[in-house]
Amino acid sequence: MTQKDPKLRVLPSPLLKQPNTSARVMRDVIYALLPATVAGVWLFGVGALLVLLGAIAGTIWGEYVFSPVAERKIRLGDSSALLTGLLLGLSLPPTLPIWMAVLGGLVAIGLGKIIWGGLGHNFFNPALVGRAFLLATFPAAMTNWNAPAGLATIYQSNLAWPFLQGNYDMITSATPLGLMKFQHHSTAFSNLIFGNTGGCLGETSALLLLLGGGYLLIRRAIDWRIPAGIFLSVIVFSGILWLINTKYPDPIFALSSGSLMLGAIYMATDPVTSPLTPRGAWIFASGIGFLIVLIRVFGGFPEGVMYAILLMNAVTPLLDRITQPRMFGTPKTNPLQPGKKS
Amino acid sequence: MLANTFLHEFQHGVHPPEHKDYTAALPTQRMPFMGQYILPLNQNLGAPPQPVVSVGDRVLRGQPIAEPKAFFSSTLHSPVTGWIRAIGKRRLAEGDFQEAIEIEADPYATQRLDPQPRPDWRKMSRDELANEVKRAGIVGLGGAALPAHVKYVLREGVKIKTIIANGAECEPYLTNDHRIMLERPQAVLQGLEILQTLLEAEQCLIGVELNKADAIAELQRHIKPDQSIKVVPLRVKYPQGDSKMLIKSLLGIEVPKGVRSADLGIIMNNVGTLAAIADWFEQGLPYIDRRITVSGPGVKQPANLLVPLGTPVREVLRLCGGLREDTKEVIVGGPMMGIPIASLDAPIIKISAGVLAFTDKEAARPQEYPCIRCGRCVEACPYFLNPSKLARLAKARLFEEMKNAGVGECVECGSCTYACPSGIPIVQLIRSARADISRKKGKSS
Repeated sequence: MTQKDPKLRVLPSPLLKQPNTSARVMRDVIYALLPATVAGVWLFGVGALLVLLGAIAGTIWGEYVFSPVAERKIRLGDSSALLTGLLLGLSLPPTLPIWMAVLGGLVAIGLGKIIWGGLGHNFFNPALVGRAFLLATFPAAMTNWNAPAGLATIYQSNLAWPFLQGNYDMITSATPLGLMKFQHHSTAFSNLIFGNTGGCLGETSALLLLLGGGYLLIRRAIDWRIPAGIFLSVIVFSGILWLINTKYPDPIFALSSGSLMLGAIYMATDPVTSPLTPRGAWIFASGIGFLIVLIRVFGGFPEGVMYAILLMNAVTPLLDRITQPRMFGTPKTNPLQPGKKS
Repeated sequence: MLANTFLHEFQHGVHPPEHKDYTAALPTQRMPFMGQYILPLNQNLGAPPQPVVSVGDRVLRGQPIAEPKAFFSSTLHSPVTGWIRAIGKRRLAEGDFQEAIEIEADPYATQRLDPQPRPDWRKMSRDELANEVKRAGIVGLGGAALPAHVKYVLREGVKIKTIIANGAECEPYLTNDHRIMLERPQAVLQGLEILQTLLEAEQCLIGVELNKADAIAELQRHIKPDQSIKVVPLRVKYPQGDSKMLIKSLLGIEVPKGVRSADLGIIMNNVGTLAAIADWFEQGLPYIDRRITVSGPGVKQPANLLVPLGTPVREVLRLCGGLREDTKEVIVGGPMMGIPIASLDAPIIKISAGVLAFTDKEAARPQEYPCIRCGRCVEACPYFLNPSKLARLAKARLFEEMKNAGVGECVECGSCTYACPSGIPIVQLIRSARADISRKKGKSS
């Protein structure tokens, strides 16, 4: 009895926790994006790196400035702002003026996340909110594409002064989707896979993005149903169109071009803005795939991933409500009329 | 064949690390009798039994010290020969003070309990069976503490089809049910046979998780050819031992919300409860010794022990070499649903399945992040509730909405909280909301 009792804590059970934490999930997504990020900088040069850093600086600055003082450390500690910045940066053209990237980051966090109540409360993917803002505000700069020019490239436009920029008179080259849409040119599959095409700085290499996706699946950081559902529905819908008339892009091209990989694996899977339930996830994913094909083929823009995801983000609360799983030991209910038996 | 037995397995659930290797291979040891024993009166669901002894009385091991005054109650016996030292409030594992009887063991008594013949159970009626089980002080040892006899009083017209022995033991670390199936398979089977005969059940099933293959083999070896008892291996998955989940896994039946499984002709008992029933009918031995697992990284010498009821946790731990210095939390029960104790004076009661000690490494509460709506809790909940929604409603104290969201079905298994990457104490939020709801009810009525 001489031994003193240790001071015991009374933390409620369960004491065991699975090892994944929200912060670790965010960091895993960041790690998964690193190969594509390095490839983007390698292909598009130091200018692309500056755009990327600008976007990240914008989101972190936004998180810091817009958060209550007491919560700053915790909010920055969950790495979600860093991830938003990285995703935003990767979805920007490498020629973008850096100040626009910073502004996009600020808007992504401020308008995309903080005004909704911070992490976990926003309806729309913050990175895409930032990108949509930039596309609406600076349409010319946001659609100024360049063929990969190597590591030692800084674009003149990168260093433009805020609101004082001149005109862009540089050699531009269309993206594979632009070529397809406006000139009905297909791009070689190998270029699409390795990223040797014009486009946003992180979206061009389908292979590296898939590789990161594999890592995320192993780490169980994302819901596999969402990329799987998007791929499937893009294949089905673009396949149908292609079978009707081969002037439409074939499914393989549809899958490997544009920001589809980036969007399907890294943006649509954002847990906050995607449905809670497995069934909801399937509907959400097929909706995105359908909208991508619809916008790409019939819309005014060559690319539709961003709007497809944002539109389905808006439907997510509804999907959550109608895909509530049936409680154990209760009869089936009609999802559209909760409370009533079907 | 195995694939077929998993056909009906309950969906969702989680796979926590098992950690059973600390104690799975250790034979159960009897704890020596010594010192003070604290016996809370309220060791069963329902009404606590009332004391029938007074301070200073000498009591014998196995002698009733509190008798039930209601149907939902159970007898309490003295676990040791000794003297009643006090009857009054004592601090229990939950941290609150409750009426308890304190007994000091007689250091010179043999503490031997000779078998006492009971009337032949084969000639008993169901009511007599229920009465006997009530007198034996047997409660549901799986954790619910429902007086065992309550289940054997059937509603008019109900015919029992299946009796299930719950040997799933899905809580990590715990191995006491494993050991009872290995060491006393005949007692478990005997208990089943008594119930099957008296309740006229068609078949008996014993559900055992596959991580206890030796116990499965041992039970199978002892089943006589004329017995209609089947051992069913189950996949290792939490909460396989939850009664409704086990019924789903074994029979494919979803017990409807608000329905007692007995009304569907299904009776379930923990393997320990069955062995206790056999002990009473064969030897007249009341329920006074609890088989527990003492384990966890904070315990120096993990063990399976047979301890008299009322033994303070401190004595149990002392027998196991004490706690490591860096122990931060001691839990009575399993790590998923057990009760953390603030003081080592808390006694072992009828449903205490284990004493687990954890160091800083395991008991560290993670930083709580906002819910990122990842849906892992939704995919963990075996009752198909939406735990993230319940947690959100609990934080906002929207109790009425919680009821609509099915909080009444929650069995507090903790799967959601285990799965949550944001470290939100979901099940704790639900527990306290429920406590608030029942407090409000108490006030208004």
